[in-house]
Amino acid sequence: MTTLIENVIQNKPITTVEYTPKDFKSPLEVRWCSGCGSYSILAQVQKILAGLKIPREQYAFVSGIGCSSRFPYYMQTYGIHGIHGRAIAIATGLKVARPDLSVWVVTGDGDCMSIGGNHLIHAARRNVGLKVLMFNNEIYSLTKGQVSPTTQIGQPTKSSPFGNIDYPFNPASLALGSGATFVARTFDRDPKHMQGILERAAKHNGFAFVEIYTNCVIYNDGAFDLYTAADSRREHSVMLEHGKPLIFGANNDKGIRLDGFTPTVVSLTDGKWSVDDLLVHDEKDTTLAFILANMTYNSNLPRPFGIFQSIEKPSYEELTIRQIEEAKSKTPDTSIETLLKGEDYWEIK
Amino acid sequence: MERKIIELEDVTIRFAGDSGDGMQLTGSRFSDTSAFFGTDVSTFPDYPSEIRAPEGTLYGVSAYQIHFGSKGVYTPGDQIDVLVAMNPASLKVNLPFLRKGGILIVNTANFTEKNLKLAKYETNPLEDDTLKDYQVFKINLNELVSELLKDSGLTPKQIERTKNIFALGLAYWLFDLPLRPTEEWINHKFGKRPQIAQANLKVLRAGYEFGETNELFAIRYKVTPKKFEPGIYRNITGNEAVALGLVVAANKAKLPLFLGSYPITPASEILHFISSYKPYGVRHLQAEDEIGGITSAIGAAYGGALAATSTSGPGLSLKVEALGLAVILELPLVVIDVQRAGPSTGMPTKMEQADLFLAMFGRHGEAPLPILAASTPTDCFDMTLEAAKIAIKYMTPVILLTDGYLGQSSEEWKIPDLNTIPDIPVQFYTNPDYLPYKRDPITLARYWAIPGSPGLEHRIGGLEKEDITGIVSQDPLNHQRMVELRAEKIKRIQQDIPDAELLGDENADLLIIGWGSTYGSIKAAFDRLIEKGYKLAYVHLKYLNPFPRNLGSIIEKFDNIFVPENNLGQLAFILQGTFLKPVIRYHKIQGRIFLSSEIENKILEILNAKGGKK
Ligand SMILES: Cc1ncc(C[n+]2csc(CCOP(=O)(O)OP(=O)(O)O)c2C)c(N)n1
Ligand code: SF4
Ligand SMILES: [Mg+2]
Repeated sequence: MTTLIENVIQNKPITTVEYTPKDFKSPLEVRWCSGCGSYSILAQVQKILAGLKIPREQYAFVSGIGCSSRFPYYMQTYGIHGIHGRAIAIATGLKVARPDLSVWVVTGDGDCMSIGGNHLIHAARRNVGLKVLMFNNEIYSLTKGQVSPTTQIGQPTKSSPFGNIDYPFNPASLALGSGATFVARTFDRDPKHMQGILERAAKHNGFAFVEIYTNCVIYNDGAFDLYTAADSRREHSVMLEHGKPLIFGANNDKGIRLDGFTPTVVSLTDGKWSVDDLLVHDEKDTTLAFILANMTYNSNLPRPFGIFQSIEKPSYEELTIRQIEEAKSKTPDTSIETLLKGEDYWEIK
Repeated sequence: MERKIIELEDVTIRFAGDSGDGMQLTGSRFSDTSAFFGTDVSTFPDYPSEIRAPEGTLYGVSAYQIHFGSKGVYTPGDQIDVLVAMNPASLKVNLPFLRKGGILIVNTANFTEKNLKLAKYETNPLEDDTLKDYQVFKINLNELVSELLKDSGLTPKQIERTKNIFALGLAYWLFDLPLRPTEEWINHKFGKRPQIAQANLKVLRAGYEFGETNELFAIRYKVTPKKFEPGIYRNITGNEAVALGLVVAANKAKLPLFLGSYPITPASEILHFISSYKPYGVRHLQAEDEIGGITSAIGAAYGGALAATSTSGPGLSLKVEALGLAVILELPLVVIDVQRAGPSTGMPTKMEQADLFLAMFGRHGEAPLPILAASTPTDCFDMTLEAAKIAIKYMTPVILLTDGYLGQSSEEWKIPDLNTIPDIPVQFYTNPDYLPYKRDPITLARYWAIPGSPGLEHRIGGLEKEDITGIVSQDPLNHQRMVELRAEKIKRIQQDIPDAELLGDENADLLIIGWGSTYGSIKAAFDRLIEKGYKLAYVHLKYLNPFPRNLGSIIEKFDNIFVPENNLGQLAFILQGTFLKPVIRYHKIQGRIFLSSEIENKILEILNAKGGKK
């Protein structure tokens, strides 16, 4: 039986796939505070979608609750603004029902890893084909500034006036540990870098988790400045690029070398080490991914950005469809009449 | 040997033993055979929540009760006519239900000192006068089967396991029931292990022969088959009926089916059945929790699937916030709550009807939704179809209440002819003039547009939205209007639900109102009292929100209204609040359904107090 969904999909008019970013702007006025890092993410998403050659009606954006989660309202695509923490679960159902869609999740650090933590880890381990953009501002913004699961230790907030005593999650490690096949980190201030990461996430087949450092000008201003501001960034962060050595520093004068399993900073100018001694990034190396992700809160190391891991594995929805097809082919009679009868039935004449 | 044969209208038999004794299997074979033979059947599996409680204990007793006959089979039976007890504990637990003069078949093998002690018997009931009021047949089943199978090549443990099949064979003889369905089942089930199949067949026949040749058994019984309409029949439990109902609903709506669910007793079987329907194209997700179950279903509904989630009380509690989301999104969703005894973990394997308030009121804000309740195992199929139909037509979540008893009990089901089940019309909106909250003027349902439709890109969400356009809105008057519209939409479902059917006499002294699984017990009591000449009226509600249109006018006619429930009076409360008429409450909250005699006695008590006449 063809379903009515198939009728809609198959009988729709051919749509153009030539878009400009404007085609993805909804008529709704964007209502984030001026200076909020979310604006940049919205712009980069609209920009890359325009270039993907996927019909606009094939996109769905699903979010939870938080400042970040207003995102779907600003996209001229299909979308659901859900309830707090449940975006990934809603999106999972949508993707399983409609594998033909490109399903994106927009979520905050609280939405994704506190109230929604369970859905995050399970969607990651199932490898559901979702693109999860987690706007990490290390704070609960919509509720006006409480501790979030990524707030740094010691930080005073509205709900931690004496300093935060909850150790933060490292989102990249959490995603890797949960089995996410694609894990990346980018930040609001570097449009080019973000576009590159988003494009890769969009094309990834399976669960793609992208942590985006997003400045909240009101409740946690400057939280990421050390790693993202022009003057400090090159000293304090390192960009991961597949097949390339890990070089950083204002003058590209430092690198990361593996000492056993331990990443260490080495100087490229003191004559002891050269580029050839440096760690070379490999997105397919699942052990390396953990080592790199674990650099995150180590103050002796630069903060890593880029794609920690990108590996291929059949997605949950593919496995669902495959299992259905296999079960169908092995069942001689797939009529509902037969199903209703079950194994033991009798006839009264 | 010539035997006296007694003809009976109906009989209740209960197989009871240790959790590991195979009583559920024995009982379900017996019920299939009696249904196959042509009697009306109602069954009740009664088992502990521990998977394999320690052997011989009172709390480890597992039982399966079958009520079969030509007439009046609405429940698994109040009292047992025949009890098969495999050990002291099962005798102790079940003897109180055996009618005086009833037949008791005991496996004496297990009446060891240790087992007697575990069953808290001070002296051996087989030797004192505990059983003097019953017709007792003491048989050492273990000895019989080991003798029979000594050359079978099976291990002693395997041989011991066939003893329930011996008891089954004997029970078939006692009621003159055919062996063939069980023989076929054995061949099918053990087809790949012929040694075991042969042993079981041999033991089954030996059990039958044992009755035939043993002069202990002087009487045989014959239950007259019922006259069934022609058709194809099977036995079905409420849980399987729900699962099949979902598949048929999706088929009739031409939508793919999606179930998001998390395991919980006694609802898990719905998930099991649905997950076995992969050859029929059904998709499911065993979610990480109940919230993931319902929210994934909401996502699937947005995508255009017939979406459902199945659970029991604790799970429904977790789904509450998401139900509110489904209400404001106005997406179709079928929520099945197989109620169990609460609060909290309560008594997981036992039934109760105490989630009505949760279904009705358990959401923040004004969030009305339709509530349906199935009354029998087979009615679970019809009501699941109804739930899906209403969900789609009115673009709303619907809660269908069943319970642990309905879910696990079985009865015969005349398999419907698919062609006679009407289609569930679905029209996805595809015209680009789409406005997400523009409504059908008659149903007030908004139109369903699904991703993939060019030009209809739209966002919906939990924030209040403007009437018609669906744009986020905090406007005070708009909010009131939307709250009223959502409530009015649910009210209008009345247009589509059948009038309440009044059984009995419009001018009766007493109106009984029931809902859900109390149907069987009430109907049996009602029929008996009518036969005795009492004037009674009975309405059984399957639609609890909104109520059927004519319910108010029925209630108006009666001064005495009696509402028995397996809760402290939840329907009674809602009826009183809705119709401003006092009702007489009656409750049983023991994890068990009412006995029909309990209802009967209560009705008589009320009638006597009111000076009611025959
Ligand atoms: C069930 C529930 N609990 C609490 C809230 C209140 N709440 C709304 S957003 C939020 C936290 C948002 O933080 P985050 O996810 O980091 O998003 P941000 O606003 O920082 O983008 C909370 C606690 C809610 N809406 N629902
Ligand atoms: S409060 Fe912070 S996160 Fe929210 S919109 Fe303003 S700047 Fe952005
Ligand atoms: Mg945040």
